[in-house]
Amino acid sequence: MGRTLLCDVLHPVNWSLFWGELVSGLTLGSIYALIALGYTMVYGILKLLNFAHGDVYMVGAFIGFFALQWLGGPLDTVVTGWVAVAVMFLVAMLGCGALGVGIEIFAYRPLRNAPRIAPLISALGVSIFLQNSALLLWGPDFRSYDTFNLVGVKSYSIGQNFFISNLQIFTIATSIALMGVLTLLIARTRTGKAMRATSFDREAAEMMGISVDRVISFTFFVGSALAAAGGVMFGLVFGQIFSLMGFTAGLKGFTAAVVGGIGSIPGAMLGGFLIGLTEAFATGYLPGGSTYANLYVFALLIAMFLVRPSGLLGSPVIQKV
Amino acid sequence: MSTGAPEPPDARDRPRVGVDEWVANVDERRETGTGVTGFVARTWERLPAVARLAILIGPFVVFPFVTNEGNLFRYGLITVVYALLALGLNVVVGFAGLLDLGYVAFFGFGAYLYGIMASGHSGHHLQAEIAIPIVVVASALLGLVLGLTSWRLLGDYLAIVTLFFLQAFVIFVNNANGGLSDFSYPFVGRVDLTGGANGLDQIDPLNFFGHQITTTKGYYLYTLAALTILMIMLFFVNKSRTGRSWRALREDPLAAEVMTVPVNRLKLLAFMFGAATAGFTGTIFGAVQSGAFPGDYDVGLLITIYAIVILGGLGSIGGVVIGALVVNGVPELLRSSTNARFLFYAVIVVALLVAMKPWYRAVLVLLGTIAFGAVVHAIAGAAWSRSTAGHIEGGGTFGRALDHWVLIPTHASRLAGWAYFALIVAALLLTLVRGWWRAIALIPALYLAAFVWENKLVEQVSGATRLIMLGALLVVIMNVRPSGIFGTSRVEVV
Repeated sequence: MGRTLLCDVLHPVNWSLFWGELVSGLTLGSIYALIALGYTMVYGILKLLNFAHGDVYMVGAFIGFFALQWLGGPLDTVVTGWVAVAVMFLVAMLGCGALGVGIEIFAYRPLRNAPRIAPLISALGVSIFLQNSALLLWGPDFRSYDTFNLVGVKSYSIGQNFFISNLQIFTIATSIALMGVLTLLIARTRTGKAMRATSFDREAAEMMGISVDRVISFTFFVGSALAAAGGVMFGLVFGQIFSLMGFTAGLKGFTAAVVGGIGSIPGAMLGGFLIGLTEAFATGYLPGGSTYANLYVFALLIAMFLVRPSGLLGSPVIQKV
Repeated sequence: MSTGAPEPPDARDRPRVGVDEWVANVDERRETGTGVTGFVARTWERLPAVARLAILIGPFVVFPFVTNEGNLFRYGLITVVYALLALGLNVVVGFAGLLDLGYVAFFGFGAYLYGIMASGHSGHHLQAEIAIPIVVVASALLGLVLGLTSWRLLGDYLAIVTLFFLQAFVIFVNNANGGLSDFSYPFVGRVDLTGGANGLDQIDPLNFFGHQITTTKGYYLYTLAALTILMIMLFFVNKSRTGRSWRALREDPLAAEVMTVPVNRLKLLAFMFGAATAGFTGTIFGAVQSGAFPGDYDVGLLITIYAIVILGGLGSIGGVVIGALVVNGVPELLRSSTNARFLFYAVIVVALLVAMKPWYRAVLVLLGTIAFGAVVHAIAGAAWSRSTAGHIEGGGTFGRALDHWVLIPTHASRLAGWAYFALIVAALLLTLVRGWWRAIALIPALYLAAFVWENKLVEQVSGATRLIMLGALLVVIMNVRPSGIFGTSRVEVV
C-alpha cells in the first residue's frame, strides 16, 4: 500500500476519487448524524447510553421495508415512487417512536434512581433482545429495498469528475431538513424548552412543574423516529438491510455523538458528517481501507478522547458533589 | 409483609429512612427473612467460608466420576470455563464497577496468543508452563493499555470504547491472515497470524513439563483447580485493603478519591486482573477446542458472561458458580427440543408457584390456562381445521398431550411472528396490572406464550431464542433485583 499512497502524492490529485468519496461520505454521514442525534438527546436528558438505539435503527429499516411491501412492493407500488418513500418514512418513524417510548417506559424508567450501571446493563439486554428477535422473525438474510425500480436512480454530474445521484441529494437534503426541524423544535417550542430544562437539571425542572416523565418519553420518541429515518435512508441508498445492521451503525452513531460533544445537538450533526467522511476517505485512501474502515473510526474516537474528551462542541463536564 | 422485609429505604411512597436508623436495623432485617428462603439464607451466612466453598465446588469434583465424556464437556467443562471467565469479569464490573464490554476480546486474545505460540498452524510448539505465563502477562498488559482509557472516561464512555475494542479485535483476527495484499505488519512483515475467518487450527493440547492433558476429564479438573484457587484468592482479596478500596470505588468514585483511595491505580489493577484471568481462560479454551475461531469471541459470548455475573450477583464470588450453572446448563438442556419443551413448561409452572403470593391463586391460574387452552383448541379446531393440522415433532406422551392443547397450524410462520409480537406486548402490559386482574390476564398470556414457543421459539432454540432469553433476563433482573441472586443490594441512604 505504501506504493499506492506515494502514487497519490506524486501524481496529480485524482479528483474523481476525491469527489466520489466526499459525496458518499456526506451521504453516510447524514445517516450517522441522524443516529447520533438520538444518542445525544437521550444522553443529555438521562445521562444514559442507550445501547438499544442502534437496534431501533435496524427495526426502522425493517418497518420501512414492510411498509413498502404493504404498498405493493417496489415494482408496482399503488402510488408513485416518491410518495411511497414518504409513506415508508412516516410509518417507520411513527413505529420506531412508539418502540422507543415503550423501551423507555419498561426498561429504563424503573431504574431511574438506580446505580448508573443498572440501566446500562438493562440497555444491553434490550439491544440483544431486539437484535435476536429480528433474527428470529426475519432471519439473517439481506432484504432488498430495490431502489432502482422504486424511484429510478439518476446521476447528475457537474464538470468531469463530480457525480451525485438523486438519492444522495435526497438523503443529504432530508437529513438536513430533519435536523433543521429538530433544532427549531428544541429552540422555539415550549416542549423544546422543557427538554432543555430537564436536561439542565431534572429535579429543578420537576419542581417548576414540568412533567419530566412526559418530556423523557417525548425525547425517546423523537430520537427513535430520527434513527428510523436513518434506517430507511440506509435501505434506500445502499439497497440492502439485514438483522444485524444495528450494532455497527449504533457504535458509529455513538462515536459521532461523542466526537461532536455528547449532549450537544449541533455537535451530533457535525460528528455524524465527520465520521461519515472519515469512513469514506479511509476506504478510498488508507491501507486496507474497506476492511479496516471501522478501525479508523475507532482510532478517531480514541484520539478525540485523548485530545478533547468533551468533544468538538461539547462543554467540559463539571462534576457536582 | 408486615414484618418489614428489607425494602430499600428510598423506595417510592415511603418515608425516607435516615442513615443511622438504617444501620441500626441491620440485624433486624437479617432475621426477618421468612420461610424456607430466609432459613437457607441465614444458614448460608453462618457457615464458615471453607464449608461454603466445599458446598459450591464439591458437586463439581464428583461430577466427572458419574458421567460420560460428552456430558462432562457440555455441562461440566464449559460451565467451569464460563465460571472462570465470569469470576474475572466480576472483579472488573462487580468489584470495581467498570463496565468493560471488551472483556471477551481478552479471552480470544489468550486463545489466539497461545495458538500462535503452540500450534501446528504457526509451527511453534512452546511448553504450556512457558506459554501460559506469557499469555497472562501479555493479556494483563493489553488490559493495562485499554484500562488507561478509563482514567479519563466515565462509565458509559468506557463501555463504548471497550465495545469498540472488541469489534476491532474481531476485525483484526478475521483479517490478519496475510491475505490482505497491501498490508504488512511492522517487524514481522506479511505473515498468517490468525488464520483469518477460518480460524487458527491445530492448537496443541496443554503440555506441562512434558505431560500432556489429553482427556476432557483432565481439562475439567485442571480448570476446576484454577477456579477454586482463584475463588480462594478473591475471597482474601475481597477482604483486603484493595478489595475494600475497590468497593469504595464502585459505590462512589468521587468520595473514594477524596478519601485518598488511589482511584486510577485501582481501576487499572481491576482491568489487568480481569484481562489476565480472561487470557488464562483463553489458553484453556483454545487447547480444548484445539483451535481458535473468530466467531467464538463475539457479543453473544459477552452477553452470556454478563448474564452469569449479574444473575449470580455483582461482586459475589460464589454467585458466579451458580450463575454459570444456570446460564450454561439451561441452554444446554434446551438443545434437544423435547428437553427444551419440558423445561419451558416446568419453568413457567415453578415461576408461577414461587412468584404468585397466595399459592391457590397460582394454581387457579394454571388450571384456568389448561381449561382455556382446551376450549380454544376445540373451537379453533372446529372453525378452522388448518389451525390444528400441524403436529409437534417428537416429544413422547407429553408432546402428544400438548398436540391436543396448543394450536399448531401448518405454515404458521407469519402468524407466529405476529403472535410473538403480541406476546411481548402482553408481557409488558402484564407488569402494569395488579392483583386478580393480573391473574386473569395471565391465562391468555400463558396460552399465547405456549403457542409462540411451539410455533416459533422452539425452531431456533440454541441460536436466537437463547439470546432473546438472556437479553430479557438482563432487563428483568435489573428491574426486579439489581443485586442478583447472591449480591448484596446497594443502599442509597439519604
